[in-house]
Amino acid sequence: MPLAKRIIPCLDVDNGRVVKGVNFVGIRDAGDPVEVAKRYNQQGADEITFLDITATSDRRDTLLHVVEEVAREVFIPLTVGGGVRELQDVHNLLNAGADKISVNSTAVFKPEFIREASSHFGSQCIVVAIDAKQTQWLEKGDSHDRWEIFTHGGRKATGIDAVEWAIKMADFGAGEILLTSMDGDGTKAGYDLKLTKAVSDATLIPVIASGGVGNLEHLVEGVKLGGADAVLAASIFHFGEYTVQQAKQAMRDAGVEIRL
Amino acid sequence: MQIAVIDLGIGNLRSVEQALNAVAPNSNVLVTSDAETIDQADRVVMPGQGAVGTWFNALSERGLEQAVRNSLDSKPMLGICVGMQALFDHCEEDGGVDGLELFAGEVRHFSNFHQQGATASRLKIPQMGWNQVSQRQDHALWQGIDDQSHFYFVHSFCANLKLNAEQDCVYGEADYGHPFIAAVGRDNVFAVQFHPEKSHNDGLQLLKNFTQWNGE
Repeated sequence: MPLAKRIIPCLDVDNGRVVKGVNFVGIRDAGDPVEVAKRYNQQGADEITFLDITATSDRRDTLLHVVEEVAREVFIPLTVGGGVRELQDVHNLLNAGADKISVNSTAVFKPEFIREASSHFGSQCIVVAIDAKQTQWLEKGDSHDRWEIFTHGGRKATGIDAVEWAIKMADFGAGEILLTSMDGDGTKAGYDLKLTKAVSDATLIPVIASGGVGNLEHLVEGVKLGGADAVLAASIFHFGEYTVQQAKQAMRDAGVEIRL
Repeated sequence: MQIAVIDLGIGNLRSVEQALNAVAPNSNVLVTSDAETIDQADRVVMPGQGAVGTWFNALSERGLEQAVRNSLDSKPMLGICVGMQALFDHCEEDGGVDGLELFAGEVRHFSNFHQQGATASRLKIPQMGWNQVSQRQDHALWQGIDDQSHFYFVHSFCANLKLNAEQDCVYGEADYGHPFIAAVGRDNVFAVQFHPEKSHNDGLQLLKNFTQWNGE
């Protein structure tokens, strides 16, 4: 029996409010995180991801009390990321009620952190978030599709190849990859399916597709064509275009194993 | 009513505590590593995560093995994840660990089974996600929960009965490249491999059933 594919609403949080940007800028307010999380829980979300999007840039700590409040009322797995730099941050977030911790920039600057965190807390609770953008890689002189990873909410290029990075992070003990296409993010044009497929094929850990969902067909594509184990979306749920339940029904109708 | 949640200092028990508070708001949920509190509680929840060897070491360091055995003999008890695995005879994790021997079975790594199965070549370990549970028998804790409902699992080791063992303790099975025990019980004890505290409405229903179960 294959595991059910997961639908994960994502709450990008800035200053205690849910926001949604287009291509990582252009912010639109989408509500109180506790209320939004409760709504998705009621709609049957399989998991909720909660990213403090300004935490790294502004060097602020993630809003632990918001996590605590969400965890008090939401009894599905909760992933939290944003500004995780030390083992103590992981510890604090887990204690606040998170089940998995997403690490992005810190993994790039200090890859050993992923090894330490996964051996300390278990691979199952360490998610490595990758923000990737398609690139020409002219200096490498080949014509394959390639993607470069970025940090700091998509503002800093790293020169690191996304697929190679995902393999390395899995090897270091990451339990899951949260893969965001920066080209797609906020555009509603669909996931970068080539990127998703490339990373899914290259690793043995679950891959969550993210960035670019505009309709329910995109969610189906992420699983069927991208090979993702879970699909993440924000704005199609935040602004009431679709409920999580509708998304799950669409997946089920398309023959995807899903928990209804 | 007092519900003791056994705290061995491994992992976060807040979810279990909050889920119990949500389904039984009038009860007193005590996350504890105190033997007397466990002995005096009306019900006991025995969670666990990580390695079973570490779990048993923590149990003995805290001097709680007798309190656990007392509870297993006397009152409604719910094991979760490693708290279920610990009830079997033996676990191959950490070079081999003897269990509490309530159920005649063995806890083994999924890879033992996956190597033999062609279909399982891409199954990821740990199993992490929502899987369906086939209810093998009625039980008070299944009340209000449909057969084949999905529950949330996170584990690398799974339990199976010994060959020729009596099947009557198996209340739920799931399949991840190989069938394994998802729920097991006898008398006043019920234990699940999945995490009811993270399994949305069906998980909360199971916990609510537990808080209302008299152990018969």
